[in-house]
Amino acid sequence: MKLEEIAKLIGADVIAGVDKLCTLDIDTACGADLMSDVLAFCHERTLLLTGLTSPQVVRSAEVAGLSGIVFVRGKRPGDGVIELANALGIPLLATDYPMFEACGMLYRAGIGGTYRLSRAEGRGC
Amino acid sequence: MTARDERALEMDFAVARQDFAAAGEVASRVKQVLRQLGIASDLVRRAAVAAYEAEMNLVIHSSGGKIVLKVDSERIVVEARDIGPGIPDIELAMREGYSTASDEVREMGFGAGMGLPNMRRCSDAFTIDSSAGRGTTVAAAIYIAKPGS
Repeated sequence: MKLEEIAKLIGADVIAGVDKLCTLDIDTACGADLMSDVLAFCHERTLLLTGLTSPQVVRSAEVAGLSGIVFVRGKRPGDGVIELANALGIPLLATDYPMFEACGMLYRAGIGGTYRLSRAEGRGC
Repeated sequence: MTARDERALEMDFAVARQDFAAAGEVASRVKQVLRQLGIASDLVRRAAVAAYEAEMNLVIHSSGGKIVLKVDSERIVVEARDIGPGIPDIELAMREGYSTASDEVREMGFGAGMGLPNMRRCSDAFTIDSSAGRGTTVAAAIYIAKPGS
């Protein structure tokens, strides 16, 4: 699913990476507020949904090779975080839906989780 | 790492204690260097994750230190060396969920007692050398080619 469709589905504003709306394909997502879990269990090209807006979220996404970040529950990151995301080429979306509902909407629309990938590989990292 | 290995590389990156604004820059740099060397993306990812956890540990817990990246044709080694204060109980520090991090660190999404276990999870070989008052060296090795092959 294109990032643009995801943004529409969860009513999200695009706050970084507008250029990737029509080009970035997403088929996997995860929801987490613990960055060590993101680093350990998310796979490359995963969309991260989180309630945290610290610069470490963007750094974690870059290091783990994630596709982009959705901030849930109406959270909006500061200018420094947006600048960092733009510099690293990581798209940022922001939705008012809480984590559970945003994840549920994406899952219902066909976006898969990371557990199937971890199980297939037999390891988390 | 053999002295004759033409691909051998060693780089140091300083990490300052409590510098949360810069935390993650070293891991990004490590990722960039390994990509430029043409190393397979899954190995780059594992090394970058190990470097990020090591960097966060240095920022959160140490009095300052550095990340040393070593690469040759057989392995990538991410080594975190600090000048203290040392880990009093390594077995406890390696237990998932054990943490002495502050609430401020937890609000950034770290400090849940996953740093060292995550480094080990990403590694093919993992060592910690530490004692209170002397400092800590943590090394995570990721094999490019299996040793002896």
